[in-house]
Amino acid sequence: MSTVLTPEAAEPKPDAVRPREHYLNVRFGIASWLLTVDHKRIAILYVVGITLMFFVGGAAATIVRVELMTPAGDLVSRDDYNKLFTAHGIIMVFFYLIPAIPAVLGNFVLPMMLGARDLAFPKLNLLSWYIYVAGGVFTIVALLAGGIDTGWTFYTPYSSADSHTHVIVTALGILIVGFSSILTGLNFVVTIHTMRAPGLTWFRLPLFVWSSYATSLIILLGTPVLAITVVLLAVERIWGVGIFDPAIGGDPLLFQHLFWFYSHPAVYIMVLPAMGVVSELVAAFSRKNVFGYHFIAFASIAIAVLGFLVWGHHMFVAGISPYASLIFSLISFLVAIPSAIKVFNWTATLYQGSVSWQTPMLYALGFIGLFTIGGLTGLFLAALAVDLHVSDTYFIVAHFHYIMVGGTVMAYMGGLHYWWPKMTGKMYPEWWGRFSAILIFFGFNLTFFPQFVLGYQGMPRRYHEYVAEFQILNVMSTAGASILAVGYVVPLIYLLWSLGYAKDAGPNPWGATGLEWQTPSPPPTDNFAKTPVVVNPPYTFTAKEAEVVG
Amino acid sequence: MSAESVHHDAHHDAAHHDAVEGQAAAPRSPQAGHSGAHHPALAHHFDSLEQQQEAQSLGMWIFLASELLFFGGLFTVYTVARWAYPEAFAFASGHLVLWLGTLNTVVLLTSSLTMALAVRASQTCELRSLRGYLVLTIVLGVVFLGIKMTEYYLDYREHLIPGPMFSLAGHELPDPLPGGTREFTRHVELYFWIYFTMTGLHALHMIIGIGVLGVLLILARGGRYTTGYFAPIEIAGLYWHFVDIVWIFLFPLLYLIHHGGAA
Ligand SMILES: [Cu+2]
Repeated sequence: MSTVLTPEAAEPKPDAVRPREHYLNVRFGIASWLLTVDHKRIAILYVVGITLMFFVGGAAATIVRVELMTPAGDLVSRDDYNKLFTAHGIIMVFFYLIPAIPAVLGNFVLPMMLGARDLAFPKLNLLSWYIYVAGGVFTIVALLAGGIDTGWTFYTPYSSADSHTHVIVTALGILIVGFSSILTGLNFVVTIHTMRAPGLTWFRLPLFVWSSYATSLIILLGTPVLAITVVLLAVERIWGVGIFDPAIGGDPLLFQHLFWFYSHPAVYIMVLPAMGVVSELVAAFSRKNVFGYHFIAFASIAIAVLGFLVWGHHMFVAGISPYASLIFSLISFLVAIPSAIKVFNWTATLYQGSVSWQTPMLYALGFIGLFTIGGLTGLFLAALAVDLHVSDTYFIVAHFHYIMVGGTVMAYMGGLHYWWPKMTGKMYPEWWGRFSAILIFFGFNLTFFPQFVLGYQGMPRRYHEYVAEFQILNVMSTAGASILAVGYVVPLIYLLWSLGYAKDAGPNPWGATGLEWQTPSPPPTDNFAKTPVVVNPPYTFTAKEAEVVG
Repeated sequence: MSAESVHHDAHHDAAHHDAVEGQAAAPRSPQAGHSGAHHPALAHHFDSLEQQQEAQSLGMWIFLASELLFFGGLFTVYTVARWAYPEAFAFASGHLVLWLGTLNTVVLLTSSLTMALAVRASQTCELRSLRGYLVLTIVLGVVFLGIKMTEYYLDYREHLIPGPMFSLAGHELPDPLPGGTREFTRHVELYFWIYFTMTGLHALHMIIGIGVLGVLLILARGGRYTTGYFAPIEIAGLYWHFVDIVWIFLFPLLYLIHHGGAA
């Protein structure tokens, strides 16, 4: 259309590369962002918040790792060390890992994957961002005012009776941010049920949608329990009521039961969306239909259901009944089945696919490897005898970081690179992308693999001093953490750079299937020119042209 | 929209401008395209009023499922505490005013009936009775809260509000007393903590419900629900019934321990 007027006239269809008007430039000014109800702009708002929190949590981790370079506690005091690992845990879990993939990637692509113009409740979506920010402000204020030293688990009676730090304010921050994820989960479930495009049946849904659905169910049923637990903790702490503290007639195990009833499923709130992202990436970069689509879809639901029945495995050493332990142990083993189904199916998808090695795929492959290690060590921990040996050691720390960082963060980074062209209309620089993906993979393993060994040898978690024999492995871990830190800063720089300087991506730079690639990059405010009609199953690479009619 | 017009004017002649507008108008603002055919209450990201109503009512069901787990946490705490201190709980429960609680149950169940009638009236477009039933439901809700406040006041007079004022000094304690007086008092106080937390949260839900019904009443007076659009009434009804059902569980658990022969 601008063929006569601009120097780029030689290009046949400039509009096909970058539309003249899209959701980013449809309106300008700070109010157009802070009052937006467009799910894509809200996703961008979340990117900002989540990135900020990620680096705050990362800074706390950095100090922890530096302290642990030497056996003596020479950098920070005991109390400050407690506050640092608590800050790291709370910020990363509640303000990065839980919201990252649903609130950023899910918010952006889920309505588009469904062929919808927006989520079912756009204003609720904006509200959930404000609630997230409010929760973040409370937590950051608590940290600045002196922090909290209970660990992210808030165990009573320490948190309700003994700790002299800012438990209430932090707990309030977590209570608040919980409602943000409840609203997001509610929005997702309703949208998936009621807003699918014509022809988009349940078994034509991309696997990311299935896993977002399963995640939302966990959020909706788990988070309110955390909310009431936090309220009761505050009641006990403020008024000295004996709910959890045995000294005044309470039951300390009750707190752990309630806390883990949410916080074990929360692991799946973090990792299920990551699995969804990986399913998308593996299909797109091996140019093949996902092997065992139905199995992966139902495995997500199975994980969501089983995930609610295993919380007791966090309490094997807490003095629960051995019979309860047996049952919890058994069901924990069962969770491995749907997880393994996914890993095998991704691997089978690669088989005879035309695999390409772009940055998102590197992250996806990294995820598969690291998640497998994290999952298998989870089986060690589900076994009662082994768990007694390694409880509260660095083995646990290594295990859950393989799931949380090796799983969720890898998938988030992969998804961010994969959908970055859609979100911004710009390609990230591929060389730098691969460079930092590889850096992160090696940095990660160097950081956390030694911690398995440390834990097995008996180094307890949450201490700022240790015996000299453990130093070599700790230095390795800290060295790895430095590499990891560089690996996270580099993408921050080149992704920001790409906004201004990178080349335009075009609507579908990966040649991927999925409705989100059938619209310009960046998409218009309403996502699609016309409501798409779906006639094929997902990941139909051979019949791509027939994917969308109209 | 203004930014886009400026853009067009700067780069294109008038004829071209029109053509581009014609193509581009559909994706950007579909409501401009079909607003004439649609109900004014239809949000532009929905295709039809039915889809919107389905989404809204599903949203409420899911919210209530989430609420159920919220109260579920409290019920768990109640169960554990009552299991640990059955005598103290039975004793404490005996200090609630049973007939006021029963009256309140009747009031609340009646309000569920009027709420259901309001939904029915909105479906059949009987606007006068819709408004009438909404007013009736609100009044019953307020009566419930009034009775609840009266009960709270009676508890206050008997020093049964947990906290520094709490005391069983004027009460006849059971004989034999399980544990010492100090422990027993503490466990009775725990019961009252749970009692006030549960009924307080329930009352908070009632207050929110009354507020929602108030807004709907104002909108109904403004003629909002005249053309077969009644989803908000239906959804508010779901919420109201849920709050009633929670009370149906609270009433026996809190008031009837003593009278059920458990002691
Ligand atoms: Cu667990």
